Amino acid sequence: MRYLDEFRDANIVQALGRKLSEWPDDRSPKSSPTLMEVCGTHTMAIARHGLRELLPDGVRLVSGPGCPVCVTAQGQIDKFLAIGDGQVIKATFGDLVRVPGSPGRAGPSTLEAERASGTDVRIVYSPMDALAIAKENPGKQVIFFAVGFETTAPGVAASVLEAEREGIENYSIFCAHKLVPPALEALVSPGSAGESGISGFILPGHVSAIIGARAYEFLAREYRVPCVVAGFEPTDILQGILALLRQHLEGRAEIEIQYSRAVTPEGNARARQIMERVFQPCDAEWRGLGGIPRSGLDLREEYGTFDAEKRFPVEVPVFDEPAGCLCGLILQGRATPEECPLFGRSCTPVAPVGPCMVSSEGTCAAWYRYPPVRRVKA
Amino acid sequence: MCLAIPMEVESIAGEEAIVKQAGLRRNVRLDLLDEVEPGDYVLIHAGFAIEKVRPEEAEETLALLREMAGAIP
Amino acid sequence: MTEEKVLLAHGDGGQLMADLVSRVFQAEFGEPLEGLDGQTLGDDCAVFYYGARFAFTTDSFVVSPLFFPGGDIGRLAVFGTVNDLATAGAMPVCLSASFILEEGLAMDIVRKVAASMAEACREANVPILTGDTKVVPRGQADQMFVTTTGVGAFLLPWPVTGDGARPGDIILINGPIGDHGFAILSKREGMKLESDIVSDCAHLDDLVRTAFKASRKIHAMRDPTRGGLATSLCDLAAQSKVCIEVDEDKIPVRESVRAGCELLGLDPLYLANEGKMIMIVDPEQADKILNALKGHALGQESAVIGRVLDGPAGRAQVKSSAGTHRILQKYAGEPLPRIC
Repeated sequence: MRYLDEFRDANIVQALGRKLSEWPDDRSPKSSPTLMEVCGTHTMAIARHGLRELLPDGVRLVSGPGCPVCVTAQGQIDKFLAIGDGQVIKATFGDLVRVPGSPGRAGPSTLEAERASGTDVRIVYSPMDALAIAKENPGKQVIFFAVGFETTAPGVAASVLEAEREGIENYSIFCAHKLVPPALEALVSPGSAGESGISGFILPGHVSAIIGARAYEFLAREYRVPCVVAGFEPTDILQGILALLRQHLEGRAEIEIQYSRAVTPEGNARARQIMERVFQPCDAEWRGLGGIPRSGLDLREEYGTFDAEKRFPVEVPVFDEPAGCLCGLILQGRATPEECPLFGRSCTPVAPVGPCMVSSEGTCAAWYRYPPVRRVKA
Repeated sequence: MCLAIPMEVESIAGEEAIVKQAGLRRNVRLDLLDEVEPGDYVLIHAGFAIEKVRPEEAEETLALLREMAGAIP
Repeated sequence: MTEEKVLLAHGDGGQLMADLVSRVFQAEFGEPLEGLDGQTLGDDCAVFYYGARFAFTTDSFVVSPLFFPGGDIGRLAVFGTVNDLATAGAMPVCLSASFILEEGLAMDIVRKVAASMAEACREANVPILTGDTKVVPRGQADQMFVTTTGVGAFLLPWPVTGDGARPGDIILINGPIGDHGFAILSKREGMKLESDIVSDCAHLDDLVRTAFKASRKIHAMRDPTRGGLATSLCDLAAQSKVCIEVDEDKIPVRESVRAGCELLGLDPLYLANEGKMIMIVDPEQADKILNALKGHALGQESAVIGRVLDGPAGRAQVKSSAGTHRILQKYAGEPLPRIC
């Protein structure tokens, strides 16, 4: 597959691995950086290609708040489960189908469970497919669970614009989009919850294709955190890590683009335009991280008619996050799964409590399956 | 939130395009890009082309990677 | 706490289903009756001795859509049952077929499925001797459910079981994985993918016979249906108490399946197959068996995909072309398309 396979070349991966092994092993603070990746797709790719095995012992790589599964607040899941009159069609990306709402809530705990109870839940690949379902079922309301970051929001915005153009009145979205830069800022601001000692970010390649590398300048300028925007193939990720380590060693803090074939400093202005036409920033609740100002998206007033919460007002009881759940700290890279009292006991992959266990490659799910042994001996 | 793969634009009809990769075809939307032409490779995410793949930069990255690996380019 | 309910994921061949079977069914059904020696737990069919040794299996088919590229529920039912028997090294003797039909289902569909089953039986040379039919009110069944049983006779004096793999053994498979699972998924609403992928639905008894003619030293077999290759490898590793390692770049996957999986965020290792057999064989016989498979219509793309190691018992892992490792898990539920 073109533009994919070349970047998976085994020889190059091995060579990059050998370069990484040259990293000083003296355990000095300088040689023991903590790097954070903030994209679920990066988390998956690292796991799939066994890349942790190639990291030098002194380098710690943590998984940040990077996927819709991980960061959608329980309250929003509760609302989406409750929304509607039993006659609606609920359309969702596959990612959200098994994410549990609050453990205390009455009724089905996941969209999958809701489907088992008779609700019409449809998995879609694109918001345009959800719109098509609305067109094909004029007698029913279709609510699309709009999650995802700046990679996904423009497409959802386009679906709203199309619905408006074509006069489709039975399509609405439950808006739970989040923005990446504000979350990054929350993670590194001194004095906020984020004293995490992050020595570098592997930035999300496709979010960056939309927002442009310039969107992260504040991280380098104000917070002196090295950053590399990396692609998703093993060679991309390894090259990105090497570049980050080099910045760290040389005391630099810059926003480097490794994924130059898809990412520019300016990003995709047209996609942003469409996103900004339909959405506006709002304060948002992040699962595990709490509230972050202006880190979410809301529909603008002129598109308020497409807001599912306006069409189907829904109130849900507020539940506290499960007592003891350390997902918040784990997502920030400040705690390990083993330090969580629920890990492996009341929280397992089959019965997950928090987002880090729900996502099959979340920090806790990955840790549960195989405690991090750097070199897997055959 | 970032799953997107490069696919080649086969044909365009208004805001829609047919893209292909390795025997697979799908209809996708071009609302988020200007100036796409058949033959271009675009990144497909959730049914939308979100960015074009830049061939020169791809070659440059590959050349650098191969150099690092000591492989013959 | 809400009462426990059956979830869709309980049926997907992964961890949740294993839990359901052991906690609810096995807990009640307990040990087999005296005089009949049952099979080891976890195998696709049972073995009993009553004058001679027989293989005995049952299976239910609830696939949706009923008709998919490369097959239909009827064909799947016949071949799936034959294949369960084949994993133990048994050739099919006879089948039964029961139908639960939803009120309102077009009779034409029932006719088509029956015709397809008849055709499949002719191809596999196995009769359906008995059956049953029930109709339930509209909404209580998704069009049609088919349940089968199958009886088989062994090629060899001993059945092949899932606990037979030994360190040093070589792992073979008869062709590319993921076709069936992908064909089904791509037809479902919303995916809208155009591809040439069809289900690999096929009966494997003759392929197994061909392999045994080449060598009897086939230590374990499994047909990787729901849960895919990965789940079956995990099961085999656990049953045999060995470590199984497969090489990522040796596992055959069609290019279009690979592309589709990349697009939808699926892992071909976890997609169902209906015409594939994993064979774990004596290393000295591997070449011979591989060649025999390659000479068979259903084995032309056969490959050596891995080995059984001395490592941690019960572990199944994938080695990448770069030499790194990924440990395989049994997931709760069918793979779902992702955007992340």
